Amino acid sequence: MANVHLPSTLGPLFPGLPRHLDVQAATVHQVIDHLEREWPGIRDRLCEPGPTLRSHIHVYVNRERAKLDTPVAEQSRVDVIAAISGG
Amino acid sequence: MPRTLLLIGTRKGAFFLESNDRKTWELRGPFCEGWPVYHLIHDPKSGAVYAAAASEWHGQAVWRSQDLGETWTHSSEGIAYDADAGRKISKVSTLAVSDGRLLVGVEAPGVFESRDEGHTWSLLSTLAGQPGSEQWDDPSNQPPGHLGISALMFDRENADRFWAIVQGVGLFETTDYAQSWTPRNRGLRADWPREHEEVGFCVHKLVRSSADGDRMYQQNHVGMHRSDDAGQTWTEITEGLPTEFGFAAATHPHDRDTFYVIPLDPGHGRTMPDGHAAVWRTRDAGSSWQRLDSGLPQRDAYVGVLREAMAVDAEDAPGLYFGTSTGQVFASKDEGDTWTQIADYLPPISSVEVAAIE
Repeated sequence: MANVHLPSTLGPLFPGLPRHLDVQAATVHQVIDHLEREWPGIRDRLCEPGPTLRSHIHVYVNRERAKLDTPVAEQSRVDVIAAISGG
Repeated sequence: MPRTLLLIGTRKGAFFLESNDRKTWELRGPFCEGWPVYHLIHDPKSGAVYAAAASEWHGQAVWRSQDLGETWTHSSEGIAYDADAGRKISKVSTLAVSDGRLLVGVEAPGVFESRDEGHTWSLLSTLAGQPGSEQWDDPSNQPPGHLGISALMFDRENADRFWAIVQGVGLFETTDYAQSWTPRNRGLRADWPREHEEVGFCVHKLVRSSADGDRMYQQNHVGMHRSDDAGQTWTEITEGLPTEFGFAAATHPHDRDTFYVIPLDPGHGRTMPDGHAAVWRTRDAGSSWQRLDSGLPQRDAYVGVLREAMAVDAEDAPGLYFGTSTGQVFASKDEGDTWTQIADYLPPISSVEVAAIE
């Protein structure tokens, strides 16, 4: 299963959401589908209609910048980052 | 006696100021996880508090608390344009609630409604077809910090009737719950070329008298204006004010001729003129104005007040409140004659609303 790391900004929005979790998924899109089933509403916090990733949400699969259709392998590490912006 | 609750929306979350006597205030917050809160309102019927907030990272949502801030939920389910339509939502800007109908105005301009207390939403109107609508989605036509629908105001008796401000375009009224719209800008001034006769006006803030539903006032980009026919026509009442520009405005709850405004420098600074803080009051519907500055800083006070950042309560001796771009909240218990600072060091304040809590 892919090991997913989530940003600290999401935790307060979804009670019980861990910072790290293992997810069975073949793409980034499926990772977010899994999160949405467990924590309804989280997709809107990560994606815009389309869907596409929000402009300040960056996803990396094995440290390579990823999009929603990027494949995720059994041992992949998926980092979801709230990009540094604002002040 | 009911408690007074001030609902403060700021660039870094929501705050409450509560008082039993309007003298001593207790601050609670921040709420909404520090998201920029554009507008924070209380629904007297359900007791719920709603916040229109938009995070740089996580997008826009309407937050809801049923227990005056102890717990919060949030949802944007349904607050989205069709991905194929090319319109995107950058923020939720303004809220209004009446008779179980909760509305949120968004940028790009549109109005979404919820009939289940903010859990789910659906698109009510984009004011499509109104003059100017062919341009208001064009980013090159949008001023900085564009709010899209910058304000919504329900009629007190008829929930099918409400007014919407499209920022930089003008005021519109619907009497059939957004099935059709009518521009309500007749008599307003514009110091720039306009393509349409009935729109192209920069309405900053619309308020309506609680004592007389036909009496409205508006702070415009260019001038203060009064309507005696519920917005169908407008008359300018700027003369006597130090500037024609400002955002915040409030009506007296019991006297239709008394109205408050906070003039600002019209340039880029948009702060109170010459660093002297003042609220201005008319008691004769705009024929004359009085400067009210007792208790307000009179030196080096370069503070701004945004369009939703002044409120008035409905007590017999009404209290006035405003929040500043530098994080202070000021209150008056004597109709503006004297002011007291009741909070400081808050983040820049976007909105101030007041509620009486039993």
